[in-house]
Amino acid sequence: MIHSLFLINHTGDIFLEKHWKSVISRSVCDYFFEAKEKAVDPENVPPVLQTPHHYLITIYRGKLFFLSVIQTEVPPLFVIEFLHRVADTFQDYFGECSEVIIKDNVVTVYELLEEMLDNGFPLATESNVLKEMIRPPTILRSVVNTLTGSSNVGDTLPTGQLSNIPWRRAGVKYTNNEAYFDVIEEIDAILDKSGTTVFAEIQGVIEACVRLTGMPDLTLSFMNPRLLDDVSFHPCVRFKRWESERVLSFIPPDGNFTLMTYHVSSQNLVAIPVYVKQNISFFETGNCGRLDITIGPKQTMGKTVEGLMVTVHMPKAVLSTNLTASQGNYTYDLATKVLVWDVGKLNPQKLPNLRGSLSMQAGAPKPEENPSLNIDLKIQQLAISGLKVSRLDMYGEKYKPFKGVKYVTKAGKFQVRT
Amino acid sequence: MMNDSLFSLVCAGEIFELKAELNSDKKEKKKEAVKKVIASMTVGKDVSALFPDVVNCMQTDNLELKKLVYLYLMNYAKSQPDMAIMAVNTFVKDCEDPNPLIRALAVRTMGCIRVDKITEYLCEPLRKCLKDEDPYVRKTAAVCVAKLHDINAQLVEDQGFLDTLKDLISDSNPMVVANAVAALSEIAESHPNSNLLDLNPQTINKLLTALNECTEWGQIFILDCLANYTPRDDRESQSICERVTPRLSHANSAVVLSAVKVLMKFMEMLPKDLDYYGTLLKKLAPPLVTLLSAEPELQYVALRNINLIVQRRPEILKHEMKVFFVKYNDPIYVKLEKLDIMIRLASQANIAQVLAELKEYATEVDVDFVRKAVRAIGRCAIKVEQSAERCVSTLLDLIQTKVNYVVQEAIVVIKDIFRKYPNKYESVIATLCENLDSLDEPEARAAMIWIVGEYAERIDNADELLESFLEGFHDESTQVQLQLLTAIVKLFLKKPTETQELVQQVLSLATQDSDNPDLRDRGYIYWRLLSTDPVAAKEVVLAEKPLISEETDLIEPTLLEELICHIGTLASVYHKPPSAFVEGSRGVQHKRLPGSAGSGESVESPDTGSAAGVSEAPPAVIPSQGDLLGDLLNLDLTPPTTTGPPPPSSGMQMGAMDLLGGGLDSLLGGDLGGSPAMGAGFGAPPAAMPASFTAPVSGGLDDLFDLGGGVGMPMGAYSPPKTVWLPAMKAKGLEISGTFARRAGVIQMEMTLTNKAMSVMTDFAIQFNRNSFGLAPAGPLQVLTPLSPNQSIEVTLPLNTVGPVMKMEPLNNLQVAVKNNIDVFYFSCQYPISMLFVEDGKMERQVFLATWKDIPNDNESQFQIKDCHLNSDAASNKLQGSNIFTIAKRTVEGQDMLYQSMKLTNGIWVLAELRVQAGNPNYTVSTEPIYPIMNISQESNGSLNQTINTVLH
Repeated sequence: MIHSLFLINHTGDIFLEKHWKSVISRSVCDYFFEAKEKAVDPENVPPVLQTPHHYLITIYRGKLFFLSVIQTEVPPLFVIEFLHRVADTFQDYFGECSEVIIKDNVVTVYELLEEMLDNGFPLATESNVLKEMIRPPTILRSVVNTLTGSSNVGDTLPTGQLSNIPWRRAGVKYTNNEAYFDVIEEIDAILDKSGTTVFAEIQGVIEACVRLTGMPDLTLSFMNPRLLDDVSFHPCVRFKRWESERVLSFIPPDGNFTLMTYHVSSQNLVAIPVYVKQNISFFETGNCGRLDITIGPKQTMGKTVEGLMVTVHMPKAVLSTNLTASQGNYTYDLATKVLVWDVGKLNPQKLPNLRGSLSMQAGAPKPEENPSLNIDLKIQQLAISGLKVSRLDMYGEKYKPFKGVKYVTKAGKFQVRT
Repeated sequence: MMNDSLFSLVCAGEIFELKAELNSDKKEKKKEAVKKVIASMTVGKDVSALFPDVVNCMQTDNLELKKLVYLYLMNYAKSQPDMAIMAVNTFVKDCEDPNPLIRALAVRTMGCIRVDKITEYLCEPLRKCLKDEDPYVRKTAAVCVAKLHDINAQLVEDQGFLDTLKDLISDSNPMVVANAVAALSEIAESHPNSNLLDLNPQTINKLLTALNECTEWGQIFILDCLANYTPRDDRESQSICERVTPRLSHANSAVVLSAVKVLMKFMEMLPKDLDYYGTLLKKLAPPLVTLLSAEPELQYVALRNINLIVQRRPEILKHEMKVFFVKYNDPIYVKLEKLDIMIRLASQANIAQVLAELKEYATEVDVDFVRKAVRAIGRCAIKVEQSAERCVSTLLDLIQTKVNYVVQEAIVVIKDIFRKYPNKYESVIATLCENLDSLDEPEARAAMIWIVGEYAERIDNADELLESFLEGFHDESTQVQLQLLTAIVKLFLKKPTETQELVQQVLSLATQDSDNPDLRDRGYIYWRLLSTDPVAAKEVVLAEKPLISEETDLIEPTLLEELICHIGTLASVYHKPPSAFVEGSRGVQHKRLPGSAGSGESVESPDTGSAAGVSEAPPAVIPSQGDLLGDLLNLDLTPPTTTGPPPPSSGMQMGAMDLLGGGLDSLLGGDLGGSPAMGAGFGAPPAAMPASFTAPVSGGLDDLFDLGGGVGMPMGAYSPPKTVWLPAMKAKGLEISGTFARRAGVIQMEMTLTNKAMSVMTDFAIQFNRNSFGLAPAGPLQVLTPLSPNQSIEVTLPLNTVGPVMKMEPLNNLQVAVKNNIDVFYFSCQYPISMLFVEDGKMERQVFLATWKDIPNDNESQFQIKDCHLNSDAASNKLQGSNIFTIAKRTVEGQDMLYQSMKLTNGIWVLAELRVQAGNPNYTVSTEPIYPIMNISQESNGSLNQTINTVLH
């Protein structure tokens, strides 16, 4: 099982280590540093490395490497999932997952790691359970703790851990009972030069925020559940009911959680909300090139496209840009060669356009590669797959909760080739 | 207070200050001080000097302070064992605490303190905790057993904790079950063959129930454990599958992949015509696709596994090509894996899409990726014939870009395309030649030279081109040198008049100025060939080459099967069996006994083709099809193989033999003595050659094995007498009688071919149908002289066990096709199973005992051997000759019990018990194959018993 964990920042300093079995010397990380050196970009470091006596499994999150050391045959996905869970927990506890924050809360971090893994076996990874045992630091709580001398470690048995519904603690009480669901869809797509869809799919997720008293049993049903191709559920969802009736029936965890993720792939047509007309060309002579990008609405179902942003990774030879944007601002980072055009709202009457010239390093050959465009966007009040929640029913409790469903569509990995 | 940066702490004087704070009367101050100590510890500072002071804080009712002190203890107890003893009392007391949280915490922490003295005190509290009324304590204690086992395995066994742990599998709480399974799995890993997880239908049922209710991590452990189970029949298999499928919808990708493993494995047992089988196949695709939208690290592991799944069951993902399309900001390790799978899924239906994508990738930034994309285009051409033309034109477009590494890769793959579709795309040669000067990588240069040599007659200035390479001959790498030599000889044979000077130049460069024995030898052979018989040289050098195969990098089937059993593990990421790399698990034999000798060889064969050619001289002269292919694909070193004619044209074969036999002889006597391996290798055939080309060849092989391999095993293997397999009446006058034998570790088919017809027979060839153990000829049938009427010859055909596998009835049935110039004849024969017992079939005594006990009784079968007048020792000796090893002998009530083990070529172990009663000529045998799932089934036991019977008689 998982032997040790090292946290490493992107410059390669180990700033925290935790061993669940015997201590393993830091020198084991040298193999990782070697691979990191070779990979150049931190994103490209291979996640599974073999060393003479250990295996190193790494994830890269928020500019930090979470490096775990294992010694025996362990499912690598289990380790990777666990490491992401650690990062999620830090995020949950401290609001962000960065070197500074972790260093500031080093003792809580250490307590958490100890609670999450015992001898390499996962112990408590549910945020609800953890929060019952180690309370997240807040300014108010630390003031109260200093005054009363109480601690932020709970001394009751985490009840949820043993019941059949480990995700929910007993005796939850609220004055305002509410259940909100966010249906968030991301479009992953590749469009080719001519604007034809090479590949498109929708990754959907339903995030829930449920604050209900007692042990409510909820049933969420959809107008059109059959358009989902693959679904993954939070453990609380009763799979049998989904199989037979296509409804989500569950006793919810308390607070925020991901109820389900789903996948709508190319079998069903995926609507592409915008089109992009672009022309990026480099001239054989004169060390310069031209860029012209226009974006317009395509299938937006009558909604407004917001937060539109275009990112282009330019070839290394591009020194500077001289462009005019009809809307929004653009920046060009000389070091990373990334051009970012922040468009904002898409106005169908006046299509945003970015055009101008690119100047290149003198004497450099004409770049071979064609830079791809990465598009970011957001559409409120729309699930682009057409998924609709029809109703939410609650059983087991008498009160009437507030209910709400919100839809939003975003661009995931939305790329336009040139 | 608690948020102020504890991090900035520096040691030295601070230690003193901390000491004072730790001994303070105020609780708050104490706690803050311990926190500071922990903070220093986490960043790797040494605060062990504070040990006694921190331990003093342990006796507190404040849970947080207690936890912090425990954290400290775990870290430093090892370096301060004597001090740590001070803490023992508190631990033991805490294990009795009314609060289950504290009991659990105490037992958990104690297990983490890796000090021998402490572990002694741990046993009693642990025993209590394992039976605690509170499941939280029990589940913590279960893990603690694994910890203790890690520190002191003997202690755990002596104290009987393993049994208690096994009992916990039947616990009422799913969390406890999951942890017990996890702990047992971990312990089992360091205990090969111990069979700790005794799986039977009852336990399986309990595990499946717990599976629904335990945490996601517990589900992973349980699923991995389930995967080791072998269902009794297809109905049980189906019912397990049905209960595991809901896990495919879990949010945790590790759970999903473990479930996929169980399903992929148990699916093997389901009949293909079952409706459920089809449903299951359909259910597998969506979750695999969804794994690809997760974080890149997860994608990587998923892709490595999908690569295996696609090879085993391509139908699952055949419609999902698009999800493997590469996004430009995917990490490079994901890109390369996706590309690999795209090629595997490429088919006529989707080739247009794939090609368009690959072309797109070839203009990306990352050099490694671009190279692989270009190679992929070539592989598509070879795989999907209809697309070849489009692929070639795409490659030509890419060559026009003049990007150096793209051009080089393109030329390497175009060479392969020429090999697959000869005389079809030669029109592109002109374009290739334009880029001659820009090639700087040896592989590309070698490929280009091969093309020029092969098509010399169509290239007007071929001599000039080759000459230009010749100038820097000594600076070239070996592969370019060898290729250049062959190409110039080809050129000479095609245009003898203009190139005489060139060929002399290259021959003298290769033979006189080179230190490389391979190059020198090849030079000499060509020289000899050209000077003795230019016509023969032409036939040899310009012979038609066999086509290259479509899938070049498939994982060998036995290995693939094993890896499928290991989906989701490190083995699946590395595509190697766990025995090959996981430290300390050499004995892990969960899934299938680790790689049988045969499979190992075949994986390497393409690479080591040339090495094998040297050490096994006779087959190298006329290499097996496989080796030939391997060599050619790599444009490899051994000269005769490159030019070796395909087997059917036996007239030409004789030519080659003759040349080598006569010519090499004298060569060897002279200047070639330098390389002993070669000397030995080539030394044998000339001795054998002048004879009748028949039996001595195999004799030579044996000799070589004895000399080189030093295998030195007993030679008395049982071999049945020859029987007539194919009567002359049925085969237009050809009679074949034969037998099988295992000699010096090689399975051989010994045949007598008799020509009872009126005309001469030539062009013999042999092929086997798929059979239970994958038997296949290791080389072509060595009948080199025409067989005249009424003549008979003895032929020995070495066999290997890497051929395709299909279960036969009876198990040891073998269907053979023999071809000659008259017709193709079919017959079937049965080989003795004993021939498949390998030499390393002697099981460790301990392992044997453990395994014997653990085999369920239903695998066993019994058999009586009648009228055998050997005593037990003689029987044991006789059996050993056939690789049936006696592991132990016991005498009970006048009966000798012999315990025996044997191992089949496919890695299946068989254990047997032989009861011999003095004076009674009837023996009782009971055999038990250990892993009856794969190919061997119940009825095979019978044939195994029969085997022992025949060997003894």
